[in-house]
Amino acid sequence: MQGAEVALEGVGLAYGAFWAVRGIDLTVRPGEFFSLLGPSGCGKTTILRLVSGFVEPTEGVIRIDGRDVRGVGPAARPTALVFQNLALFPLMRVWENVAFGLEVRGVAKAERRRRAEELLELVALPGFAEKRVDELSGGQRQRVAIARALAVEPKVLLLDEPLSALDLKLRQHMRAELKAIQRRTGVTFLYITHDQGEAFTMSDRVAVMSQGRIEQVGTPAEIYDAPATAFVASFVGESNPLPGRVRESAGGLARIDTALGPLRARDPRGLAPGSAAILVVRPERCRLDGAGEGDGPADRLARAEDAPVNRIEGRLARIDFEGAFANLVVASPAGPALKVQVANDGRLSRLEAGAPVTVRFPAEAALALPEGPLARE
Amino acid sequence: MSELWRRFGRLGGGLVLATALLWALLLIVLPQLLMVELSFRPNLPAAARGGPEDVLSLANYAALWANPLHRAIFWQTIWSSLLVTLLALLVCYPVAFHLAQEARGTRALLLATALVIPFWVNEILRTFSWFLILARNGLVNRLLLGLGVIEEPLALGGVGAVMIGMVYAYVLFMIFPLYNALESLDRNQIEAARDLGASTWRIHWRVVIPHAKPGIAVGCVMTFMLAAGTFAVPQIMQSLPGGTNARWFTQIIYSYFFDGGDWNRGSAYAFALLLLCIVFVMATMRLFRVGLRDIAK
Repeated sequence: MQGAEVALEGVGLAYGAFWAVRGIDLTVRPGEFFSLLGPSGCGKTTILRLVSGFVEPTEGVIRIDGRDVRGVGPAARPTALVFQNLALFPLMRVWENVAFGLEVRGVAKAERRRRAEELLELVALPGFAEKRVDELSGGQRQRVAIARALAVEPKVLLLDEPLSALDLKLRQHMRAELKAIQRRTGVTFLYITHDQGEAFTMSDRVAVMSQGRIEQVGTPAEIYDAPATAFVASFVGESNPLPGRVRESAGGLARIDTALGPLRARDPRGLAPGSAAILVVRPERCRLDGAGEGDGPADRLARAEDAPVNRIEGRLARIDFEGAFANLVVASPAGPALKVQVANDGRLSRLEAGAPVTVRFPAEAALALPEGPLARE
Repeated sequence: MSELWRRFGRLGGGLVLATALLWALLLIVLPQLLMVELSFRPNLPAAARGGPEDVLSLANYAALWANPLHRAIFWQTIWSSLLVTLLALLVCYPVAFHLAQEARGTRALLLATALVIPFWVNEILRTFSWFLILARNGLVNRLLLGLGVIEEPLALGGVGAVMIGMVYAYVLFMIFPLYNALESLDRNQIEAARDLGASTWRIHWRVVIPHAKPGIAVGCVMTFMLAAGTFAVPQIMQSLPGGTNARWFTQIIYSYFFDGGDWNRGSAYAFALLLLCIVFVMATMRLFRVGLRDIAK
């Protein structure tokens, strides 16, 4: 099997006056594991249905391996869809489910059976051919659904939150399994999810979506470390968004006036002085002066007098001990509370709720972004 | 059952239950048993009853077998009822599928209402409307005359007319079980089949129909029983020109009871019909591989 390239060029879909998605430009490379990540209702499932052919775009072009597939129905596209609820055929045996696409193509029964067994082998379900669907566990059904989709030798496999019905442990196991199947088959995977953990662990690249538009496309590390918009920064992972106004920007560093005072942050875009901006800093990049602070090289560097470091005075309002780390909330009378995550270095017990603390983070750990809507919590 | 005890107490609940059982016993079980007994006895004048001639025998059933006309009408009734069932299934399946899986919102509501409204009208009047359509001066004849297709009005009566009347009369009894079954089918299964390349025909054959089997079985059983046991529809449609050959077995039973005064023969005929209907129900259930439990759902 060989993966195909999927390209969307200025794609939009309107229901009456409402645009479910609009202005989508996206290229998924052949054989790539690509995820569309976004909150529910952001239009990611719409893109899947557009690529699979169940709906036609109102504007724009969809190409699969360069071929314009507008007007080509789902049956004729080199894509196969794995549904969110899997949509297995409950009245057929496992192997009949897997071989359904071959049955449709008029493949002889013995050959269908042989191919089904092969595919069941591929998804680590050997010997399950004769089972009924209702005898399978959630994870096993999952694999049958994937085998059924792979049976028609698609060039693109479209997966609509297929793990959402599984429990946490199984979900994590299936992530590795899915990634392995993708590598083995070489098929392009277009994966829909609202779970960033899923998107990050499996994907080569991720597109973050909001309100029918793509906010950012990049590798998981790029998305997490260099979010392009305030939405991405607040949707992906935990973050402290601090709205403010740019005072000055020079040499890739900006000084931003926030409710917590003037703070410095990386500014790769060179924001115009006086413009509204949002400074974001991840909780795990923050440190506490005094109680429970680390003593690694990075900590020592951050403490050095000449490095640009932000300091915010506050009071330790909450301590949520998680085991390997603790989530802290530091309240400051001047502005919004800050989330801080500190690793458990054996000294967490010294932290005391209500104690005055200083939150410290280097300018390099914070990012200045143009003002924009944030993800809802 | 325990709900019954809780609501009415032991005495009240017992009373409710006893009333229902008594009602069923007096009005359903006993008369039927009486008819079974009647069907095995000869039709004798009152004076001879209990005499030496009053013995149990299969003579009344044998009479049905021996009478070629009655036998022919019996088989014609069964055969026509089968055809009515099949026709109703063919007509109702697409409608029920559309209503259950495709129609949305106002459109679905309008369609369902349009289906139900005719059934606020009595069965006899509903059948009569078809009588008017097919009559000598009816809609069809006038249309064809007006278009110059025919010179003389056609005699549109006959078994076909009776069957049309019945399909129309019993459409809902087929649509509702079908709709119920089809409505519970996950739309994604249809889309999954389509995505895998299945044609519309194959989607129905492999995915939709297997899922709807219990509904199809219920609809077929109900329609067949209604068709085989109807009296009003053939009675009305027979008055059409050319309709006299379309006799229904129920009419013979009726005439034995009310015209011929031979209740014994009438009972035997009625049970012969019932027996064959039961055979049909069993056969249908076997054919669709559904149990009583599925049908009860």
